[in-house]
Amino acid sequence: MTTATSEDIRPPEPPGLIAWLRKNLFSNWYNSILTVIVGVLVVWAVYAGIRWVFFGADWSPVTSRPLLYMVGQYPVGQIWRIGLSLALVSFLFGVSWGVWGGMMRAFSLSLAFILVLLALLPTESAQYTMEIRVFMVSAALLIFLGYSIGKQSWISSRITLLIWLLSLIVILVLLRGFGGVLPVIPTNIWGGLLLTMVLAIGGIVLSFPIGVLLALGRRSKLPVISFFSSAFIEIVRGVPLIGILFMSSIIFPLFLPAEVRIDRLVRALMGITLFSAAYMAENVRGGLQAIPLGQFDAARAIGLNNYYTTVLIVLPQALRKVIPSIVGQFIALFKDTTLAAGVGLLELLSVGQSILQANPNFFSLQMEVYIFIAAVFWVFSYSLSFASRRVEAALGVGKR
Amino acid sequence: MSSQPGQVSEQKSAEAMIVARDVHKWFGQFHALKGISMQVKKGEVVVIFGPSGSGKSTFIRTLNRLEEHQRGQIIIDGIELTHDIKKIERIRMETGMVFQSFNLFPHLTVIQNITLAPIWVRKWRKQKAEEVAMELLERVGIPEQAEKFPAELSGGQQQRVAIARALAMQPKIMLFDEPTSALDPEMIKEVLDVMEELAHSGMTMLVVTHEMGFARAVAKRMFFFDEGMIVESGTPQEIFGNPREARTKLFLSQILTH
Repeated sequence: MTTATSEDIRPPEPPGLIAWLRKNLFSNWYNSILTVIVGVLVVWAVYAGIRWVFFGADWSPVTSRPLLYMVGQYPVGQIWRIGLSLALVSFLFGVSWGVWGGMMRAFSLSLAFILVLLALLPTESAQYTMEIRVFMVSAALLIFLGYSIGKQSWISSRITLLIWLLSLIVILVLLRGFGGVLPVIPTNIWGGLLLTMVLAIGGIVLSFPIGVLLALGRRSKLPVISFFSSAFIEIVRGVPLIGILFMSSIIFPLFLPAEVRIDRLVRALMGITLFSAAYMAENVRGGLQAIPLGQFDAARAIGLNNYYTTVLIVLPQALRKVIPSIVGQFIALFKDTTLAAGVGLLELLSVGQSILQANPNFFSLQMEVYIFIAAVFWVFSYSLSFASRRVEAALGVGKR
Repeated sequence: MSSQPGQVSEQKSAEAMIVARDVHKWFGQFHALKGISMQVKKGEVVVIFGPSGSGKSTFIRTLNRLEEHQRGQIIIDGIELTHDIKKIERIRMETGMVFQSFNLFPHLTVIQNITLAPIWVRKWRKQKAEEVAMELLERVGIPEQAEKFPAELSGGQQQRVAIARALAMQPKIMLFDEPTSALDPEMIKEVLDVMEELAHSGMTMLVVTHEMGFARAVAKRMFFFDEGMIVESGTPQEIFGNPREARTKLFLSQILTH
């Protein structure tokens, strides 16, 4: 008896195109009919869609006022401040890509893609000058400059985090201005994508740590902490976001002394943050519950106290398990920023609506505006979900 | 004055590493430990065996306070276990524990698993902790796996990493809770070899196991647990050669016949 050699036994050949088609699309007569019908419908829809986008639609409500969509009524003379912030963020994304790779690579490439898209924006608006286009390309190039710097070994992840934190503060000051040196631009004339991004990024950065603390609080052995965490989470989750926004912008100031006036943008951001934190807490709690009890035993047995057990053992594993739902939460938050329109903030969607209302000629062009805004939201949301898949792959979620 | 009895016993048992006196534990209404008393001297290797549900794992877990005992007294290296968290943490630093299901930290590499507690609890520099960790990996025979993640190792290799992780804190006592029960037969030997080497090096060890070959080879004394009590204790010669209790005989015949 001889043993089988690799000559004797080979894995089966992958099926060819024809075989695949026959197996999956034309396996019997009714599948064949369905395939043909659906095929015709798809081709027709794609053809009609493309024809409408390039020849049928009138994009003038979008292309005539591109800056309004981007920054709202932010004074054109001060727009360099937003540009500087954007350049800083682009550069930092590049640095982070060099330091961390993975998710940051996906973010950086998405951002570069968006910037190039903005540089090539087909608009006749005189406001959208050649300088702005050149700037967009330079910002994209800054990402790659940042990447090559981030690759250097002396940039540690701790330094990068610190720079990010400082930059976010610098950007806020830069955008708002400060006494005497930079004219103050009140937040009520911020708008468009700028405002949407401030709400979304602010909400994400603030709600994540609060959510983690609430999740830990809810599982705390101290009854007071656990009660208040649960109560907060359950109350906030039982109220619609628009209600919380109304509360934070109209009712909350009534309880404050008259001389204390909190900025409208800050109030909306507080509402969004608290709302998102409650959902975040429940996502994180799901991850905490998935940690086997043996991990706690092992951590205690080697002498780790509660704090180290939580920070070094439990949270890293728990957060890793819930990356998909956390990113889902971030995407929901990003889209929910449109509700800030309800308390008078002119974010991207309400800029679109105000443009439609301002010009009677645009009355029949609602579809164009809303489709454009939907596409913008989709690009950002998809970048987030793409990045999350990258980070899952990098961390080996589902494997380790 | 109330602390005096504890102090007296601490002096009496100066050379005893583990002292348990009349230890009781309830899970709700279930009486899991019904008055366990034993002493383990420095350098002694003690094996605990018995049917499942007999309280042997519960007992070993009370020794580093993974379970709280509700009556009786436990003194580890002269420190009495009470609610005082400082004492509990000192005792945990001095006792290493190895679990049936390894319980390695899956998000950390092998070397990070081992250096974690020395760096954060003992406050060693990273470099020193890594040197010690590599020595320990040499000792358990898998230095080449240092940069891998636990999921990439076999069960036997994982358990040897778990032993190295426990040893990294330089404990005076090692507790083993059925360390080979979750392993495939061909991997049991590699773990037992490491444990035997550890026993010969003079480590004080308390081992819950059904590996009677291991018990015969290195145990100084054996305790047979059943229904939360110590039914019988003695040297391996006494237990294997001439068990006094009928329950011990029955249990030994059941686990030794195949």
